[in-house]
Amino acid sequence: MKFSQTPLDQKNRRNEKLFRMLFMMMAVLLVLPVLAVLSVLIYKGGPALSWDFFITNPTQGMTAGGIWPALVGTMWLVAVALSVSVPLGVSAAIYLSEYAKDNWLTRVINLAIINLAGVPSIVHALFGLGAFVLFFGLGKSILAASLTLAVMTLPEIIVTSREAMQAVPRPFREASWSLGATRWQTIRHIVLPNSGSGILTGIILGVSRTVGETAPIMFTGAAFFLPYMPETVWDQTMAMSLHLFVVATQVPDAPEALPFGVALSLIAMVLTLNTLSIIFRTRLRRKKKW
Amino acid sequence: MVDATTDSLAIRVRDLSLWYGDFQALFNIDLDVKKGIVTSLIGPSGCGKSTFLRSVNRITERLGYVRTEGQIKVLGENILADDVELIQVRKKIGMVFQRPNPLPLTVRENVLFAWRLVHGKGTKEQTDEIVEQSLQQVLLWDRIKDRLGDVATSLALEEQQKLCIARLLPVQPEVLLMDEPCSALDPAATAAVEELIWKLREQYTIMIVTHNMAQARRASDECVFMLMGKIIEHRPTDEMFLAPEHQETADYIEGRYG
Ligand SMILES: Nc1ncnc2c1ncn2[C@@H]1O[C@H](COP(=O)(O)OP(=O)(O)O)[C@@H](O)[C@H]1O
Ligand SMILES: [Mg+2]
Repeated sequence: MKFSQTPLDQKNRRNEKLFRMLFMMMAVLLVLPVLAVLSVLIYKGGPALSWDFFITNPTQGMTAGGIWPALVGTMWLVAVALSVSVPLGVSAAIYLSEYAKDNWLTRVINLAIINLAGVPSIVHALFGLGAFVLFFGLGKSILAASLTLAVMTLPEIIVTSREAMQAVPRPFREASWSLGATRWQTIRHIVLPNSGSGILTGIILGVSRTVGETAPIMFTGAAFFLPYMPETVWDQTMAMSLHLFVVATQVPDAPEALPFGVALSLIAMVLTLNTLSIIFRTRLRRKKKW
Repeated sequence: MVDATTDSLAIRVRDLSLWYGDFQALFNIDLDVKKGIVTSLIGPSGCGKSTFLRSVNRITERLGYVRTEGQIKVLGENILADDVELIQVRKKIGMVFQRPNPLPLTVRENVLFAWRLVHGKGTKEQTDEIVEQSLQQVLLWDRIKDRLGDVATSLALEEQQKLCIARLLPVQPEVLLMDEPCSALDPAATAAVEELIWKLREQYTIMIVTHNMAQARRASDECVFMLMGKIIEHRPTDEMFLAPEHQETADYIEGRYG
């Protein structure tokens, strides 16, 4: 009997099963909190949702009515933040991926990005207050709040964009250079078209983070309640995340379904964005040319 | 040494030395390459064949730590001079690599890539004609004319390599450099690409690196044998293979034949 099981084999097999189970349980455990949060939100907040909820103003001291101004305000914040962070972040990523040599300047920049990514959002909030609201005199405004959000999401955009560009194989660049293309022509025709999906993913993840942040906008441009809608970037605005904070903690006689309804809408926004980013990623990946 | 008058020369190298950092890879190379023929470059692995070829269209410089001394005259002009525009060098001196490296674009866009860098987008008639001509020249048109919109990396390796040659042609190069262009191909594909190289030789000056003796013998007019960064022997191919002048050359040629 050359091939029969020895005690050691038995032990190995047992361990194999054990670890498999263990790791699977951990993976499943991870899903549970997500499901729990979602089901509580849907159960408690679901009844508050209706079409009117999205398109009406809050009424009666914010104990009734909808979230329209907060929804619009969040879109303002995201749009303005993106118009700053995307050009800045993608340009920085292009420099780091395609031009930078490995020298002290590059290392300093990389260090700065890592540290920027680790700064807590409340610190960004104070920075935004000090820099944009006071020092640059933008006042509490959409512009100041969006700039703060932009600074906060920059590292994410830079890092994901740079990684997406680095994933384009080097021989493609060399082929392009050998045909007489400059660095910039190579970036434009070869690198960017083939890293678009990754860059987009980074941007959308940045957006979904922007949507959820409260502290950075609270000090810099978001208001508890405004009787009017923002018209320019110099106005203050309401925003979803802050609105949730307000109806949950600052309005004692709000019905329970209200904050949960706001929370559900907020998380729906974030989930939609994340799903979008996944769809984009897979669709663009399929278009890849290698 | 093969003698030739200056006019009939495509490449004239004088006292070329090259360093990767502190490591010297090429030692005082002198070489005359005649116009309109195929010159093959042979020698053991690591002797500097690729380095030499790459310095002829100045690709080596990308590395930053490379230092070159001496003179490389292509069509009478020193391409190492200060006032030389690299982009023009790359246009006139095309390079084909060991592994087929089509760009991650369609077949059509690959053929037009270099041309568009110079001429802009071009009209449909213009570009259609260029694509057809170039692919005709590399004997690929009939085979892939229905797949021009396909991604180039989806072609067979042989087709990819021919495409990599085709995309050099629209900007009217004078010299084609090929670094072991067949080493990633099977024997049938190799034969097909060799046939193509042979066909192109009247129109272009071709330098081809190969480690395949049979290929050098079949598909080149003149042959250069390199050893440890130096040129040992440069003669018409038949002569070199029949009666090598130097012992090293004989050893190398025979060693490879077993
Ligand atoms: N990028 C490089 N950096 C440093 N040394 C290199 C580089 N490329 C080649 N070399 C060295 O230069 C010598 C010649 O290499 P190469 O030209 O590639 O030889 P061949 O093509 O004849 O095999 C080798 O010793 C190799 O190690
Ligand atoms: Mg080589």
